[in-house]
Amino acid sequence: MSPVFAAVEPTTTWYLVLAAVLFTIGTVGVMVRRNPLVMFMCIELMLNAVNLSFVSLARQLGDIGGQTTVLFVMVVAAAEVVVGLGIVVAVMRRRPNATADDLVELKG
Amino acid sequence: MELVVFVCAAAMVLVGAVGVIVRNHPVHAALSLVLTLFGVAVLFILQDAEFLAAVQVIVYSGAIVVLFLFVIMLLGVDKAENLQIEPIPVQRPLAAVVGFGLLAMLVTAIVQARDSVPTAVGAGIDIATETGDSDSNIKQIATDLFGDRVFAFELLSVLLIVAVIGTVVLSRKPDKVGGPR
Repeated sequence: MSPVFAAVEPTTTWYLVLAAVLFTIGTVGVMVRRNPLVMFMCIELMLNAVNLSFVSLARQLGDIGGQTTVLFVMVVAAAEVVVGLGIVVAVMRRRPNATADDLVELKG
Repeated sequence: MELVVFVCAAAMVLVGAVGVIVRNHPVHAALSLVLTLFGVAVLFILQDAEFLAAVQVIVYSGAIVVLFLFVIMLLGVDKAENLQIEPIPVQRPLAAVVGFGLLAMLVTAIVQARDSVPTAVGAGIDIATETGDSDSNIKQIATDLFGDRVFAFELLSVLLIVAVIGTVVLSRKPDKVGGPR
């Protein structure tokens, strides 16, 4: 490896910018896609972006609390996916191939 | 060396993330999500969070994506959808504008605050190659989790129980008589 590349080390800013790009892709996905399952996947992308920034800042600040928080986020994400997919299954059983547009009748 | 790993993992993350939103088949989108999650796990290892990388692979790639695939296949929605149809005409340009604005705002904030983030205000993160103990990361997380944050940890178990019960109730077949129909 050339010494030029060895000298450049990715800093916290790089990780945070990558997390921002990942978060934006997830946001655009939630806004663009209409399949509820794919929208859930995009929410997972956004959660992962936040996790990435937590870990980067944990390293920069030298505080393990960031990593512990990521653990909490993962558990909450798992619970959210389980409940969300339960709702999707309940909806899809009644109306196969429902998209997010078809669920407008759920509003009060 | 860290640069090379970072660039490869970042490419994995971004290719997978774009794949999630542009693939028209839900199964392909789920598999792109696996690529992203593995890339994030590599970035976790790169930042001395070995335990979280393992949890990321086991919980996210192992459990959550498998759950997605199960639901996709059990519901029989594993058909390619036509992404050319736009039910709301202005939606995609609007989403592009909002996404670009969000990205510009976040990157500006990150770059502006680049020098004002303090370094090493905490007690420090144990790195296995420095402490000589290959379990130092998981020990440090455990000390933090079961020390200061034990109440939150207990609440998390309540949350999981509630989520499990809620899912069972939601996905139960409605009763033939008197059920919620």
